[in-house]
Amino acid sequence: MNTAIASVGLGPYLFVSAALLVLGVFGIFLNRKNIIVLLMSMELILLSANLNLVAFSSAHGDLSGQVMVLFVLTIAAAEAAIGLAIVTVYFRNRGSIQVEDVTMMKG
Amino acid sequence: MMAQLVFYVFAAVLLLSASMVISARNPVHAVLFLILGFFNAAGLFLVAGAEFLAMLLVIVYVGAVAVLFLFVVMMLDIDFSRLREGFQRYAPLGLCIGGVLLAELVMAFSNWRMAPAGVVAPLAVQPGLTNTAALGTVIYTHYVLLFQACGLVLLVAMIGAIVLTLRETATGRRQNIGRQHARTREETLELVNLPLGENVFEQGGFLRPKGSYYEIAVPGSYGAGEPEKTETEEKGA
Repeated sequence: MNTAIASVGLGPYLFVSAALLVLGVFGIFLNRKNIIVLLMSMELILLSANLNLVAFSSAHGDLSGQVMVLFVLTIAAAEAAIGLAIVTVYFRNRGSIQVEDVTMMKG
Repeated sequence: MMAQLVFYVFAAVLLLSASMVISARNPVHAVLFLILGFFNAAGLFLVAGAEFLAMLLVIVYVGAVAVLFLFVVMMLDIDFSRLREGFQRYAPLGLCIGGVLLAELVMAFSNWRMAPAGVVAPLAVQPGLTNTAALGTVIYTHYVLLFQACGLVLLVAMIGAIVLTLRETATGRRQNIGRQHARTREETLELVNLPLGENVFEQGGFLRPKGSYYEIAVPGSYGAGEPEKTETEEKGA
């Protein structure tokens, strides 16, 4: 355990991370109509997972957590790129990104 | 003491900006608050001693992902007032589920004990290495397959994003792949003997053979017909 996290402790990190997760989930419900803010809420949730992994990694003195953060960052970046590409294509075809307009698959 | 103060400042700003992200009226403001939040998360990573990841977060997220969000928000002409309609309707449900989630997390946290040291053999940080070097020694040995898989994921994401957003337009410059592959060096490269201090203006002033682009382009896709003079890239003028 390095000195800085030893003085702060693991608990505050986990609390911040939990609060960030709850904010992200709340944001998904709050912005049901706006798919861009939905994607941003997902970024917040992934960030809270990253924060947790980093906190445990440095509290245990184990590097695996930080490596996992690296991979989560990769996946999050790929997800954002693909999601925004889909949003752009959808807007180009339909002229709207209302989540409720996406009903073509509904039988 | 100093570390605690820094931690609480970063954590407070992070949580405030996260709540602004989900409640901002204007999505551009939401993206800007997301950027602020990522900066503060990078600060928390620094306090935890993960310098490399902190820098990565700033570069990858603030530099690429958040700016991508900003581009999309500004590029799409969206009626944002319509998007705000269900705000009050879904807020109670969201509060319920968020509250349940928070209560469960608090319950889990209050009854949680750290496993005693020595139960699992951790990938210990070697002393004397910086965080970046230590991560490098782990990524390229223990996690090399996952690392490669990450590269594959990014490749698929890149190709997917290009394929999704590529639009075939009449004026787009397209290659005839078969012709491009059938080209030989003799027809694409012209070697010119150039005396000292001379330039190629007398010999046509071109670097590529005339019309070489038109040979490989899909007919009509590279400009309008073949012009009389090709790309004249001045050399040593």
